Amino acid sequence: MHKDWSIRRLFGVPFVLWGVLFVVLPLFFVLHAGLTDEVGTFTLAVLGEAVQWEYLKALGLSVLLALVSTLACLVLGYPLCLILREYRQKNGMIIFLLFLLPLWMNSLLTTMAWQTILERNGVLNLFLGALGLPTLQLVNTPAAIVIGMVYNFLPYMVLPLFVSVSKVDKSVIEAARDLGASHWQTLRYVMLPLTRAGIISGCTMVFIPALTTFVISALLGGNKVLLIGNIIEQEFTAAYDWQLGSALSMVLMIFIILNMLLEFFTSEDNERKEARV
Amino acid sequence: MEKELLRLAHIEKSFAGRKILEDLNLTVHENEFVTLLGPSGCGKTTLLRLIGGFELPDAGKIWFDGQDITRLAPEKRQVNTVFQKYSLFAHMDVAENIAFGLKLKGKSRSYIQDKIQYALKLVNLDGYEHARVTELSGGQQQRIAIARAVVNEPKVLLLDEPLSALDLKLRQSMQRELVKLKRELGITFIFVTHDQQEALSMSDTVVVMNQGWIQQIGTPESVYNEPENAFVADFIGDSNIVDGIMVHDELVHLLGKDIPCINKGFGENVPVDVQIRPEDIQIVSPDEGDFRGVIQSVVFKGTVYDITIAAGGFDWLVQTITGHEAGKEVGVRLPPYNIQIMAKPASEDEEAAGDA
Repeated sequence: MHKDWSIRRLFGVPFVLWGVLFVVLPLFFVLHAGLTDEVGTFTLAVLGEAVQWEYLKALGLSVLLALVSTLACLVLGYPLCLILREYRQKNGMIIFLLFLLPLWMNSLLTTMAWQTILERNGVLNLFLGALGLPTLQLVNTPAAIVIGMVYNFLPYMVLPLFVSVSKVDKSVIEAARDLGASHWQTLRYVMLPLTRAGIISGCTMVFIPALTTFVISALLGGNKVLLIGNIIEQEFTAAYDWQLGSALSMVLMIFIILNMLLEFFTSEDNERKEARV
Repeated sequence: MEKELLRLAHIEKSFAGRKILEDLNLTVHENEFVTLLGPSGCGKTTLLRLIGGFELPDAGKIWFDGQDITRLAPEKRQVNTVFQKYSLFAHMDVAENIAFGLKLKGKSRSYIQDKIQYALKLVNLDGYEHARVTELSGGQQQRIAIARAVVNEPKVLLLDEPLSALDLKLRQSMQRELVKLKRELGITFIFVTHDQQEALSMSDTVVVMNQGWIQQIGTPESVYNEPENAFVADFIGDSNIVDGIMVHDELVHLLGKDIPCINKGFGENVPVDVQIRPEDIQIVSPDEGDFRGVIQSVVFKGTVYDITIAAGGFDWLVQTITGHEAGKEVGVRLPPYNIQIMAKPASEDEEAAGDA
């Protein structure tokens, strides 16, 4: 028994090593770079530089666009999951795969494709023009970035959401209808609360990559819209200021951690509240 | 008879090209305990779902209290369902589950509170208001599902095999409780089951179904004692069913002998199914019986012995209170008043419906 246990623990060693080498150590390097000056003495000056107005503005805009994209993914993804749930046995899997397809394609490629669609003389405007409608100036605006994010990150919403939605037994939905709930009331009081876990994990899976992306914002925002991801990228690749880049990463990380803690502590509470009709 | 409450007329329903219900007609009265009984796949659950509004018939009409409700949405019907899988809302506690329908109807807080207390008392679960439904046992969950349905004061309560997941003892006590509950509420119950014992012990009316056809509608006594065809005879209780020929009134020819019976009106020299219940066969001395035979096996079942007797080229199942010895030569006597003569299915369709 005792021996067995110690052998089993050995299986964990590679994973612990992995974690230390590729997660803890790099994190330490980032912390070190962000909290020291050129000669390696401890200082908060770089971090102070990182919280200046211009950068906070970029962080604010990043948060706003990430929130809008997350919400858009939820609004698009939830009905999709409800529909897939109904057609699971029939053609559901084909529709499901269609929506997961962006995952299999290179995101750089798909984003460049969106560039050609949204361009001034792009596919969308050609189409609108042909219909005699006014053309849209989308590329290099926040709207274009949101479109790119929604396209690329929708699968991350749909996957956990679909698992959660399909776990709700059909008879539970029928029970709600039986007790007098309309379609909307069933959605509001039964489906949404029961799929809460899927909604939270879907939103997290979209929100975090949306917050940190720099490829989508670089390609679809030109250099007109600066997100926090682009600023960090520039510090490392253009300005060669690794210290400031690290400090900015820390600010972003702290923000994400705070966010998740907030989510964690409020979810238990809400679960009880939402349950009340 | 009480007033007619629910009427289904010429209902047809198929799924993926397979006919589930065919030209089905059924009338249910106020304050009646109706059981839909049949093997799995006979269409009994589909019938219940049509009444609940979860399926639409391909043809036919459903009338409720004089109104056509064939296409009415489930939430607008004065009918509530107790589902087989209980289907409680896992994100709500017991009280919130029970209150669900009442809150949607905009009832006052005090009314809802009173109803919750009343319903919990009704199902013997007072004090469980704030329990999480996931913490309850299967039997308790089923009671909450019943409480959640009856607080809405439906005119008809639909129960879809609600006891099938419970163990025997609990099932028996729930059967008694359901009958008591129905008496207290004074509403109509439509109960789906594949368990003939359950159907016989609880219902006012038993509807025996097979392959989408209603085989017989009657009181528990009449479907047991006077089955109309071999399917009903075989499905409800144990039976000996033998091919016979009705020679003339009150005389049937079976296994090479003419046996007196009390049935009339089948005509002369007509092929029939002859049914006799195991408990109705008498074991007598070899010379006194209608057939001579040898006891093949004796199995003790608790209250009775199941005895197989080979006699007249047929293995008779006989149930007795007292034991017998295997290998013994005996006589099998069929008392005329215990012989049930049933017409053979006339058309091929009926034949298909008759053979399960």
